[in-house]
Amino acid sequence: MLNIALPKGRLGEKVYAMFARAGFECPAILEDNRRLYFENEALGLRYFWVKPSDVAIYVERGAADIGVAGKDILLEYAPEVYELLDLGVGKCRMCVAAPKGYHDDMRKTLRVATKFSHIASDYYASLGRDIDIIPLNGSIELAPILGLSDVIVDLVETGTTLRENDLAVVETIVPISARLIANKASYAFRNEAIGTVVRGLAEEAQI
Amino acid sequence: MDLETGILKNEETISLALRALYARYGYVQYRMSRFEEYELYVNNKDFLISSDVITFTDTNGRLMALKPDVTLSIVRASRAEPGTVQKVYYDEAVYRTSPGARGFREIRQVGLECLGAVDDYAIGEVLLLAAESLRRISNESALCVSHLGIADAMLGELGLRGEDRTEALKCIGEKNPHELAALCRARGVSGADTERLTKLAQLYGPPEQLLPELEALGCEAGAVAQLRRLTEMLRAGGIDGGLLLDLSVLGDMRYYNGVAFRGFVRGASAGVLSGGQYDRLLGRMGKKGKAIGFACYLDQLERLCGIGQAYDADVLLLYEEGDAPGAVAAAVRRLVGDGHRVSAQKAVPEKGAFRRIVKLSESGVSGDA
Repeated sequence: MLNIALPKGRLGEKVYAMFARAGFECPAILEDNRRLYFENEALGLRYFWVKPSDVAIYVERGAADIGVAGKDILLEYAPEVYELLDLGVGKCRMCVAAPKGYHDDMRKTLRVATKFSHIASDYYASLGRDIDIIPLNGSIELAPILGLSDVIVDLVETGTTLRENDLAVVETIVPISARLIANKASYAFRNEAIGTVVRGLAEEAQI
Repeated sequence: MDLETGILKNEETISLALRALYARYGYVQYRMSRFEEYELYVNNKDFLISSDVITFTDTNGRLMALKPDVTLSIVRASRAEPGTVQKVYYDEAVYRTSPGARGFREIRQVGLECLGAVDDYAIGEVLLLAAESLRRISNESALCVSHLGIADAMLGELGLRGEDRTEALKCIGEKNPHELAALCRARGVSGADTERLTKLAQLYGPPEQLLPELEALGCEAGAVAQLRRLTEMLRAGGIDGGLLLDLSVLGDMRYYNGVAFRGFVRGASAGVLSGGQYDRLLGRMGKKGKAIGFACYLDQLERLCGIGQAYDADVLLLYEEGDAPGAVAAAVRRLVGDGHRVSAQKAVPEKGAFRRIVKLSESGVSGDA
């Protein structure tokens, strides 16, 4: 049985549709219930829904052989996994955003509010900019409005939330999309099954 | 001595098997202190799996560390005579953090190092012992072998240097063809060369199948020829399955060069063995010659199917306040003599698990299940 971890939510549903179109369907997954795992014994597949930020952990620890995780999660947590395919869905950007008209005062330590401490630290380290990370778990856009931070580092898809809170993108750090990842040991022992999925999904990848 | 192997933990059984294996090939056990001067790690921080080190000040004022690594200590103390190879094995605890984990852990490592006049035979022998080590850990294993010279040469040929080279190596290590291709496009690498490099990153399979592909991709001829010789040696040594070429197996090229390898066993979620040639580390530490070695991470083996201990003891022998100690001891001796694990207690421990509970008053051998 090939264990596949999918991210709960809209992205997961979109990704499952790609798996299904590529021939790796599991009709039980479409049933309206609270079950978290679904099997297609004939195809030897077991899907399970997990929190998007947990997919990489399930795969790294071998509970899932493969999974689909956002590039943001892979950059932030740097799990020991293979990144086999860019699925080209869930596209957005990791950006620095600030109140409109913002000017970076280089004489001061930059206060950065973010859910992505490692990505923000690495980005500003590459610029040699001294920063103070303010770790938040949600409503990041509020931080510069209330003076908690100078800028935010966050995912931007359409930019609507930023605009509605009078913020604007200052810099794009990296483009983000969903990636197919694999456990390194599973890659050795389930290579044929994983290879079949990769080839099937490569046809469906929207890049 | 009558050794009851049944009580050994899985990793202990494996450790004994590995040490016996290495000793048979003339490797000598290397015993070392748990402490090492911190300076050794400061100068070679990037060689360590994790840069976190537990330090303390010794009574003489020197800054010491609990060993986070074994290889550096062995290299520092190595004394290979010219023209010979020093062969040592170890079974030691190291102290380090794991990526994403909080706090330090004590990790037991068994491995070997081969230093001095290392030639193709010595490299082949180390690979053979790595494959044999995996076989002793599990009957389903995979030894993934690479040669750092192949990726190194191709990146140089394509003009990817500095940060681009680092990024490209990261992509190869992740088997990440899409970002490797994007990097090549951004740096003006031709379409044909981009295809060669991305194909290289994805190569994975039996050597006999992949060596011709490496040749067709125009990979560094010396490295490919060495891989062919080593494959032949391993096959002749009885390693017929579970040997794979995998160009994503890399190491920090400031320390490593030549052959690199990683071992997996079914049931362990991460690699259980890691090794490679590290002539460059020797050079950095002012030593002459070449070196290769590997470590088996026994902490990964704890959960592999081993001896299940569903019960704390086979028999819980219950005695009462007034029972004579001699009578309890005699009943315990009798049960132990029958091959049972016995715990004598006056009450049933709430969290204990026992196959049988036996009351001493009921003749010491009969009781309820």
